Amino acid sequence: MSDFSPLDPASHRANLVMARSTAPLSKFLTGLGCFLFILLLWQILVSALALPNFILPGPMEVLEKLFQRYDVLLKHTLVTAQEIIYGLILGLTMGLFFALQMLFFKPLKRWLLPILIVSQAIPVFALAPILMLWLGYGMASKILMAAIIIFFPVTTCCYDGLRNTPQGYLDLVQTMGASKWQRLRYVQWPASLPTLASGVRIAVVIAPIGAIAGEWVGSSEGLGYLMLQANARMMVDEMFAALFILSGLSVTLYFVSDFLLKRYIHW
Amino acid sequence: MPHSSDTHKGPLGIMLSNLQITYLQGHEAIVDKLSMDVPPGQWTCLLGPSGGGKSTLLKFLAGLLDDQVLWSGELNIYPDSASLKSQVAYMAQQDLLLPWLTVLDNVLLSRKFADTASGKAEHEGVIEQAKILLEQVGLAEHEQQFPQQLSGGMRQRVALARTLMQDKGVILMDEPFSALDAVTRHRLQTLAYELLADKTVILVTHDPLEAIRLAHNMYIFKGRPSRVEALSVPINPPPREYDGECANLQQRIMTLLQSAMKGGLQ
Repeated sequence: MSDFSPLDPASHRANLVMARSTAPLSKFLTGLGCFLFILLLWQILVSALALPNFILPGPMEVLEKLFQRYDVLLKHTLVTAQEIIYGLILGLTMGLFFALQMLFFKPLKRWLLPILIVSQAIPVFALAPILMLWLGYGMASKILMAAIIIFFPVTTCCYDGLRNTPQGYLDLVQTMGASKWQRLRYVQWPASLPTLASGVRIAVVIAPIGAIAGEWVGSSEGLGYLMLQANARMMVDEMFAALFILSGLSVTLYFVSDFLLKRYIHW
Repeated sequence: MPHSSDTHKGPLGIMLSNLQITYLQGHEAIVDKLSMDVPPGQWTCLLGPSGGGKSTLLKFLAGLLDDQVLWSGELNIYPDSASLKSQVAYMAQQDLLLPWLTVLDNVLLSRKFADTASGKAEHEGVIEQAKILLEQVGLAEHEQQFPQQLSGGMRQRVALARTLMQDKGVILMDEPFSALDAVTRHRLQTLAYELLADKTVILVTHDPLEAIRLAHNMYIFKGRPSRVEALSVPINPPPREYDGECANLQQRIMTLLQSAMKGGLQ
């Protein structure tokens, strides 16, 4: 007594998967085209204005540098990537923790919210020297920088998501006799995931800013450090190579997380 | 079955007398001097204008307003006088299917909240039961799909299966068919009537035809604060075919509803 022509569930799911996998491909091609176009403009700019390579090196020179110095670049990339990833993990964990506290202990919200806003009102760049002082020149201070910078968007998104569960869902599970904990686990948490996912997307894009800013203020390794060194020695091509890797890193991080989020949070 | 020892002992009747419900923030009562008999194993339909307190009464009976209202009067459950809250299942206008769960898992939702010791032991049996229910509502082949992939009528049928899975004596329905097209609604009414045959059902509806079709007992809400008036229904058992008697009754209900709305506007 189906209302509609019988759908084979398997083929229907296959259709969904197809739709999911073709869209990113065309997106990727568009992105690639855009990227190549910018490289072309860059090259034209350099050739037309006859810019010396200590002002603006051409894309080919930067590419050459990428291959020539790949061992150094790779070493520093790994450091920065680690800082970003650990910063993301730390920031996400802190954000989730705060959001849950605010959800469960309403009075606490009055105390936590100012802290949250203050953490955002102090520019993270201004905090960097202090964090260097406390945590040293190693990775810890950069991880904390990245964590602080993503903390606010993650917390607010997570809290909004948890708070705005449709009342109907809550009513339904209440009539089913769900406890507070069960309600959180089976309803509020999954219902908040799409909102939380937007928080994660923002976090992934801005976490590198924290890490690099930390490296600029004081470090002994990482892409930010490499750029400072290269800048001091007028190795502009190496700076651009580092910059290129850095943006590649951010973009990859964004698309990987976006792909995973879309795949596992499909509602 | 150990999990249902305190729930399903056959249908329950509910007797309300002189009930008054007031929201804690509100100034005046939502319903006042409300007396109503909901006999066991029958469909009781509540009609009335929007904002007339029908849904409030239903939510109150479901225990959803415990910390939001003050109430007085008598609320008796018979044959035994257990707590009503553990005996009701609730079905709303929206199907309230959780979009992150498959159809089957949605039907099984209430079992996640059953006490775990007994829940685990009979896990297999419970899944079988859910599958049988899905078959009864005609959705056996859709059990692994997600709610977004189903039509409105199919989703409401899943909600019906989920409600049946709760295996409670009293089913509270808040306009569950109102968002559906006429044919789907008609089918779903018949299906619900068949599957809920041994339950006590309270159905809130805007649609006089729906009430005429399904009701053993009919009450109309009017005035503000609302009181109820019982209406007589045709003698033949529901689900009824539409005939001359029904047409007369529908006309009478419409007149009553119109005067109730005027009363509400004053």
